[in-house]
Amino acid sequence: MARYVLRRVGLALITLFILSVVVFVVASVLPGSVGRAILGPFADQQSVDQLNKDLGQDGSLISRYLRWAGNALTGDFGDSFKYRRPVMDFVPTALWASVKLALMTIVIVVPLGILGGVVAALRQGKAADRFLTIAGLSLAVTPEFVVGIVLILVFAVNLGWLPAGGSAKGSLWEQFQVLLLPSLTLTAILFGYLSRMARAGTIEALNADYTRTATLKGLKRRTVLRRHVLRNSLLPTIAVIASQMAYLLGGLLVTETLFNYRGLGLLIFEAAGDRDIPMLMGAVFIVGALAMLMTLLADVLIAWLNPRVRLGSKA
Amino acid sequence: MSTPALEFKELHLAYVVRGVPREVLRGVSFSVQPGESYGLVGESGCGKSTAAYAAVRYLPRNAKILSGSVELGGRDVMSLGTEELRLLRANNASIVYQDPGQALNPTIKVGPQLAEAFTVTGMSASDAAVQARAMLQKVQIADPDSVLGRYPHQLSGGMQQRVVIAMALACDPQLLILDEPTTGLDATVEAEVLDLVRKLRDEYGTSVLFISHNLGAVRSMCDRVGVLYAGQLVEEGSAQEVFDAPQHPYTVGLLRCLPRHGSKKTDQRLETIPGFLPLLGADLPTCVFVDRCPLADEICRTQVPPMVDLGGRIARCHHTDRVHDIAVADLPKGTASTVDRTRDPLLQLRGVSKTFHQGGKQIKAVRDVTLDLFPGETLGLVGESGSGKTTLAHTILGIHAPDQAGTLTFAGTPLASHTRKRSDDAIRGIQIVFQNPDSALNRRHSVRRIIGRSLRRLAKVEPAKIEDELHEITAAVRLTDRHLDMRPAQLSGGLKQRVAIARAFAGRPRIVVCDEPTSALDVSVQAAILNLLSDLQRDGDTSYVFISHDLRVVRYLSDRIAVLYLGRIMELGPAERVFDGPHHPYTEALLSAAPSVEGDTRVRIKLEGEIPSAMNVPTGCVFHTRCPRKLEGDICSTQEPPLNPTPDGGVIRCHIPFDQLGGGPVQVELTRRSGDV
Repeated sequence: MARYVLRRVGLALITLFILSVVVFVVASVLPGSVGRAILGPFADQQSVDQLNKDLGQDGSLISRYLRWAGNALTGDFGDSFKYRRPVMDFVPTALWASVKLALMTIVIVVPLGILGGVVAALRQGKAADRFLTIAGLSLAVTPEFVVGIVLILVFAVNLGWLPAGGSAKGSLWEQFQVLLLPSLTLTAILFGYLSRMARAGTIEALNADYTRTATLKGLKRRTVLRRHVLRNSLLPTIAVIASQMAYLLGGLLVTETLFNYRGLGLLIFEAAGDRDIPMLMGAVFIVGALAMLMTLLADVLIAWLNPRVRLGSKA
Repeated sequence: MSTPALEFKELHLAYVVRGVPREVLRGVSFSVQPGESYGLVGESGCGKSTAAYAAVRYLPRNAKILSGSVELGGRDVMSLGTEELRLLRANNASIVYQDPGQALNPTIKVGPQLAEAFTVTGMSASDAAVQARAMLQKVQIADPDSVLGRYPHQLSGGMQQRVVIAMALACDPQLLILDEPTTGLDATVEAEVLDLVRKLRDEYGTSVLFISHNLGAVRSMCDRVGVLYAGQLVEEGSAQEVFDAPQHPYTVGLLRCLPRHGSKKTDQRLETIPGFLPLLGADLPTCVFVDRCPLADEICRTQVPPMVDLGGRIARCHHTDRVHDIAVADLPKGTASTVDRTRDPLLQLRGVSKTFHQGGKQIKAVRDVTLDLFPGETLGLVGESGSGKTTLAHTILGIHAPDQAGTLTFAGTPLASHTRKRSDDAIRGIQIVFQNPDSALNRRHSVRRIIGRSLRRLAKVEPAKIEDELHEITAAVRLTDRHLDMRPAQLSGGLKQRVAIARAFAGRPRIVVCDEPTSALDVSVQAAILNLLSDLQRDGDTSYVFISHDLRVVRYLSDRIAVLYLGRIMELGPAERVFDGPHHPYTEALLSAAPSVEGDTRVRIKLEGEIPSAMNVPTGCVFHTRCPRKLEGDICSTQEPPLNPTPDGGVIRCHIPFDQLGGGPVQVELTRRSGDV
């Protein structure tokens, strides 16, 4: 087990390095000069060159990468071009806001998705199963901005129950109100996916020989489900869900923009629009690193849940 | 007369496929008396397992009872309420089936899993824990406390099956159903598991319904036997009568497909049952066996055969009086080739070893193997799982590169260690047929493409000639052109294996490694494949390295046999001598473990414990920890015996002199090891 974890961590570090290179290269080949973007089309070329030099936008690609990566290792992602303040002044606040939204979404979607999946599996092929499957898939393929706008129109504009957007500030209740619509939007996207996973896992466990053994032992249906089916299906399902949580971050980008919610998604969106390269690189890199960390934790969780991996198998 | 433990009354059961009911059981009637063991035999697809699960009403959702009933202890199983059915399963009937590794929940430790079987009968948790421990002792698990705390995957297959049996017997059921309980286990482990079941059955007075395709095991276990064919019981009687003097043509065919005691490919071809099992739900208005029966005539096609009472036994046939006339004589003689040992060996292994490295430890899978394979010869490899048979075969194929020291020579030239480094000739010259044709054939490709590819790549046949060659080779393996455009999924197991054989033979190989080629097949199909293999050998002077856990099959096909234990050759010699003796004590034990369908006369030699791990090999003779003939003193545990030559040109690795080994002409008083565990 320890060897497995070490190897995974090693691989994660290599991936992190590749990620940093990709982020850097992509940001560097964005069209347009940074100095020009900041000073505007009417500034003279000399000032633009001077500014590029001040901003560290000169020199070879490799030397610029090494400078950036070296600083990044110490937690310094440079200054935002737009705000003339360190990137790290913005990222943690935005990250915390995004984490709040993500947590709220997870709290809603994971139990709902699992419940839906298990119900569908137990009613396999019947009306409830078909309804849940079709509903889940329909929601999953509807873009975030459609679901979000419908929610805004109904609950914010027409009914006026909830704010149409804004940031999570103030009392817990106010924050809850702000978070509810965006997290419901994300829930709609993720529900179908999660319930499919839970359904597949449960069906597999239902059809397993050990479930047959348990049933033929004369255990009550409830006991068979709780001890033998769900135990084997849900823990891995949750682990798989955890590994897919990285995708939640992608959904955050659109949703945050739509609800004008000041999280990482909106930060990245604006930084790209403003050609705020250090901000963009810093935020994207941190999102990437987080996604990787979540996948790593999920992999370790999956391995740990499997006694065959945890205890090592007899050869 | 007391109430039977289990009684089937004219049960008609169908699976509903796309709205159409397809009959699986066509009026099955039989009963198992209290304390009796009843065996159900027949090929796969005959409805054996469906019958077993019908007894505890564990049927797929699309199963439908058309008529008839199943009674367990006098109660109609099909009319019970949910709770009654649950209690019946908890208290009255238990079932043990194939593949114990799957039958146990991988995430729950053995202790709690076993205890469940007790708490379900209303016992308190603490009592159940005590009982679980006691039950493990009953199933002869040496260290119950440690086993209780382990997960199923930490136990060997034999141990897992013991745990499952313990679970099944926990409620002291009136009926124990065993559905292929030892399939997939080694013969030595199988023998132990069956011994255990026999012992516990007698102790508890349990009735047993035993389902197996292993006719020898059925004979050794059961009082009475029923033969199922296409969902109908075609014959029933005492085990001895049915197997010694079958009265239904199907039973006759089934028994004749098996290589009989001591029969060889050079003496006789194996009999097969022509044709195929009718499809599920096929319309069979008269006799179910009529299309494959050698005795079928007009009456068989027009009238439903009667159940003929033959005095305590029954057969469903119009012609029970003619069954013993079924001709044996017109079987062609077997291949008459004899191996010429004055020629140069085709393959030579000299001191070949294979060591795997895992987590810093060495696993010595094959140790210092030296042997020759002559043209046209079959070398059988025999041994329990973990003995190194497959590793040795893979080393010959170049799938594993052997350790540095040994050498392989093929047709006089040194053979590179790994397939990647071998010449095209060497690769084409040594081919393999796997156990499971399902996974060996690409399911997306047609038969034409699978074999055609081998012809192009291995035989380097010109594109223009491929079609001709294709027809030639498919004819050689008895496939028709109709099969060429099918995909593997459309073929039965036997046909798939023919495709796999055609693929291997496409490049006209000199050596074919057959790794359990028939163990996934029914006996009638097995017979056809074995006949095919011996025909191909005779026609092409091909050599085989033949691996099988079925010793009868090995004996039938092999000229010489190598017995492996922990990667070492324990014995190598002509098939007759290895089987009839004098032979190595390990060979003796292996042979005696396999139950015979003709009934056993000799005493079984029990091997205690399991094969040691290849990571931790015993000192001295590697077999001394289990050897029933270990010598007094410590020579066996300290000195590894050399490979002593035998008069017939073979070798035996044992300290006991050749003329004192078991099974030989000179029978000596056996010095049994004292203090057997």
